[in-house]
Amino acid sequence: MERTEIRLGGLGGQGVIKSAVIIGEAASIYDGKEAVQTASYGPESRGSACKAEVIISNTPVDYPLVLAPHVLVALSNDAYQKYKSDLRKGAIAIIDSDLVKAGKIKAGIQVYQVPAAATAHQVLENPLVTNVVMLGAFTAITKTVTPDAMRKAIANAFPKYQELNLRAFDEGMKLGQEAMEQSSKTE
Amino acid sequence: MQKAVLTGEMFTQGDIAAAEGALAAGCRFFAGYPITPATEIAERMAYRLPRIGGRYIQMEDEIASCTAVLGASYSGVKAMTATSGPGVSLMNETIGLAAMTETPMVLVNVMRGGPSTGQPTEASQSDIMQAKWGSHGDYEIIALIPSSVQEMFDLTIKAFNLSEQFRVPAFVLADEIIGHMRERLVIPHEDEIEIVNRKKPTVPPEEYLPFKAEEDLVPPMATFGDGYHFYATGLTHDERGYPVMDDETQLALIPRLCDKIRKNSAKITEAKTLETEDAEILLVAYGGESRTAMRAVKDARNKGMKIGLFRPVSVWPFPKEQLKEAAANAQHVIVAELNYGQLVGEVERVIRNEVPVHLIPRVCGSPHTPDDLMKEIRRRIK
Repeated sequence: MERTEIRLGGLGGQGVIKSAVIIGEAASIYDGKEAVQTASYGPESRGSACKAEVIISNTPVDYPLVLAPHVLVALSNDAYQKYKSDLRKGAIAIIDSDLVKAGKIKAGIQVYQVPAAATAHQVLENPLVTNVVMLGAFTAITKTVTPDAMRKAIANAFPKYQELNLRAFDEGMKLGQEAMEQSSKTE
Repeated sequence: MQKAVLTGEMFTQGDIAAAEGALAAGCRFFAGYPITPATEIAERMAYRLPRIGGRYIQMEDEIASCTAVLGASYSGVKAMTATSGPGVSLMNETIGLAAMTETPMVLVNVMRGGPSTGQPTEASQSDIMQAKWGSHGDYEIIALIPSSVQEMFDLTIKAFNLSEQFRVPAFVLADEIIGHMRERLVIPHEDEIEIVNRKKPTVPPEEYLPFKAEEDLVPPMATFGDGYHFYATGLTHDERGYPVMDDETQLALIPRLCDKIRKNSAKITEAKTLETEDAEILLVAYGGESRTAMRAVKDARNKGMKIGLFRPVSVWPFPKEQLKEAAANAQHVIVAELNYGQLVGEVERVIRNEVPVHLIPRVCGSPHTPDDLMKEIRRRIK
């Protein structure tokens, strides 16, 4: 696998950085690939803009920051509007269908809409796991990490709430598969 | 009790790796005053040290932190602190005292934008000269610069080993990029980690002279409370450690404090190279910035340009012989650093006027992009 650049954007408190750490750990520890994770860093915290990045590769990662993302995961409308123009040709955007307005995007970008927040609220009855639902969709759609590695990293990240988070991940995987089927029908 | 050496793999930050490296090296005392972007080191040590039989103290400020580290070291414990540039500014008086009293200690500086309080959350490499010249007077220190999370671990161990071996303060000069990024860290088995401890006196207590050097210019160091007479002062002192203000004593002491590092520099210096054998343009970069340079070398090589990278791992003492060798075929040397020109002066001293040395400085927040370096390479390759 060539260098794959992933950017996650949202608001502080949504688990954006946590999600990036989980992807990085899944790739580097459980899938045996190389990964680097970085995050926006500043005095702000809950509720302000937040960005995290992961780069995954089969060979050691040199430059640790994203140049032009292959994948954008957006949990807030602001993050999507801010970062969508950075996406490279052929890139994938995964957005929460309730939190983000899809609108127009340049040609060559595949956008997948996933009802992650709604599923966390209604099916899992805990809005805190929205990011983990999104991680499930990300895994199903991009296949940059294996579901098995993601499950291990999630279990490791939430030792007290493993069961809930693994269910959230599985729901997200289903939503991701549905979003892909949906998009292949419309093509 | 937890294990001191967490053998295995983890996906973690450079700051955490530095803390784990310290513990693996045998550090059992940390005194500090948390500061961005080094706070995670203090947090990790506060969590880990009490669980492995060590001590963590959050002091009232950086001056006290560094002084407590010195005291702990006298008592025979491997001790460290972690801070950023503003903290080092306050610690420099004590760093000078550590150099003068030949006290082993490790200081991790996760560099941020300066001067003064500067840019707390932004990356920088602007304390390169502060590490070397921070305190007054003639002395030498050791400073190592990590470029990955793994090196944060490995070089913190090495800093402890060199500090113990030469009875000298040793810096790990990290930047915010490496301190905060997460990568895989592999911690080897305890038995596979090389540990160096300070020399202890072999003579009976009545014959011991705490500042009488052996052939390697380093005196054996007794531990306070072990029954040896040990007097330490910041004043110029004789082999007994007593203040003596004559020329003879100053002449015996100060050159030795410098020469124990200068004359042993072959045992200390370290550098890494990438594609330098036939390099017509040699990039010099270190720390987080070297990751950009690695990318630029690959991009340039793919376009058929003969570019190489020289990365000093030890910055003080500077690996000048290694640089000369790497630059043997170079027509231009390009130094990329996250400051307004610091290590470039040392590179110029080594290269002299044999080939032009160009600086690409950057004083704001993030490393150069590979394209930034490519632009400079293209300008010089004609």
